Amino acid sequence: MTFGTMLTTMGEGMLRTILIFVLTLVGSLPLGMVIALLRQSKNGIVSGIIKIYISIMRGTPLMLQLLVWYFGPYYLFGAQIRNWRFPAIILGFVLNYAAYFAEIYRSGIESMPVGQYEAAQVLGYTKSQTFFRIILPQVIKRILPSVTNEVITLVKDTSLAFTLAYQEVFSLAKQISASQTSFTPFVIAGVFYFVANYAVAYGMERIEKAFSYYR
Amino acid sequence: MVLEMNNIKKSFGSLNVLKDISFSVDKGEAVSIIGPSGSGKSTLLRCATFLETIDNGVIRYMDNDIVLPGADGKADYSNKARIRQAKNCFGLVFQQFNLFPHYSVLKNVMDAPLVVQKRNKDEVYEEAMKVLDKMGLKDKADAYPYQLSGGQQQRVAIARALAMNPEILFFDEPTSALDPELTGEVLRVIKQLVDEDWTMVIVTHEMPFAKAVSEKVVFMDRGYIVEQGTPEQVFDDPKMERTKQFISGYQNQNY
Ligand SMILES: Nc1ncnc2c1ncn2[C@@H]1O[C@H](COP(=O)(O)OP(=O)(O)O)[C@@H](O)[C@H]1O
Ligand SMILES: [Mg+2]
Repeated sequence: MTFGTMLTTMGEGMLRTILIFVLTLVGSLPLGMVIALLRQSKNGIVSGIIKIYISIMRGTPLMLQLLVWYFGPYYLFGAQIRNWRFPAIILGFVLNYAAYFAEIYRSGIESMPVGQYEAAQVLGYTKSQTFFRIILPQVIKRILPSVTNEVITLVKDTSLAFTLAYQEVFSLAKQISASQTSFTPFVIAGVFYFVANYAVAYGMERIEKAFSYYR
Repeated sequence: MVLEMNNIKKSFGSLNVLKDISFSVDKGEAVSIIGPSGSGKSTLLRCATFLETIDNGVIRYMDNDIVLPGADGKADYSNKARIRQAKNCFGLVFQQFNLFPHYSVLKNVMDAPLVVQKRNKDEVYEEAMKVLDKMGLKDKADAYPYQLSGGQQQRVAIARALAMNPEILFFDEPTSALDPELTGEVLRVIKQLVDEDWTMVIVTHEMPFAKAVSEKVVFMDRGYIVEQGTPEQVFDDPKMERTKQFISGYQNQNY
């Protein structure tokens, strides 16, 4: 196998890795906000279920959760779903990361001074106007550093999809390295993850800059 | 009557903070509330502005009943629409300013008139600039709150309240969070509003100011209004022993 073929094959894996990364963020960033708000619900049953969900997601390995989503339908219900591999991976990643983002949002919301709510209330803003106009923009600025950490972890966590034999960069690197007795695929994978993280860090820094017009 | 509060009672758990408060504010009147810390002054303003709910009593704005005694004697609040209407009657200036840090000075002043009152943008802009000019902040319209001194921030907060065209303005110790050299600029703009006959209620520890600008002074202690009257009556010729003590305490301390 020439270096060129190796790179093309792994290139497809890179696209799959990027797909997991993007879909996880698109799903978990908004879902995390919904979960954070439900966790503050006055209904004790709702907030209780959400708390249990969050602690399971954070208290067990993501690798195990992926296996459960993939094999669970069959072992629990005898259901054989076609092309279930990829949806199971995305489901596992989204539900796991949403729990982490929810906790980040919650700490951000709780750090807001009560005076912001009171000023808005006296001015006559409705609850949802207060949240979307006054609270949320400030919360986003406060939590950006924690979100950056989580997103960088996600870049590396995408490699866990190899558990379900999904052909992303990491799986392919292992396979090609074994079949070609070559170290090169690992170097390519390493460079890919490094560059991806660099791009993420750069992007997040730009976003933080965009929020630096006030303190 | 712009505001009428009758027989107000309010407790936090077992702590009775407002025990039986009755007072009213006429159109164009400037009322100062003085009294030792912990006497319930902030709680009274917070009840008047619906940040706290009262346990018993009557609240009327512009002769509209907003809170009345219910069948069980407990305070019964009107429906949301009427409360919303009443909220449109007042503005509150906080001790800690509570400006929106992510909005420019101009947006702090314009946002609620646009979003809450749904007024015309050009009209709101024109009025906001007028109010900022009055507060001496025309050149700060594009600044953000963190770029301003405490005195300037408090003047933005006053402008923000004025832009809603309230019938009555409440101030809760508007200069207490400021360095002494900055209190003067804030007191001056409040004095200017008094001269323009705005209806206002000012909780303050600035006794010479309260005496100079207000038409009525209310002295509160331990959840009661101990004494109220003209500044001359309350400051120079107090009837109650507790008022005498409080006022002489201030004089000994300050001069
Ligand atoms: N949210 C609250 N919960 C419990 N106690 C409170 C609360 N707000 C005020 N208090 C108590 O009520 C009393 C009066 O407070 P406050 O109205 O702030 O007095 P003042 O403004 O005259 O200094 C104080 O003893 C204070 O500790
Ligand atoms: Mg107070």
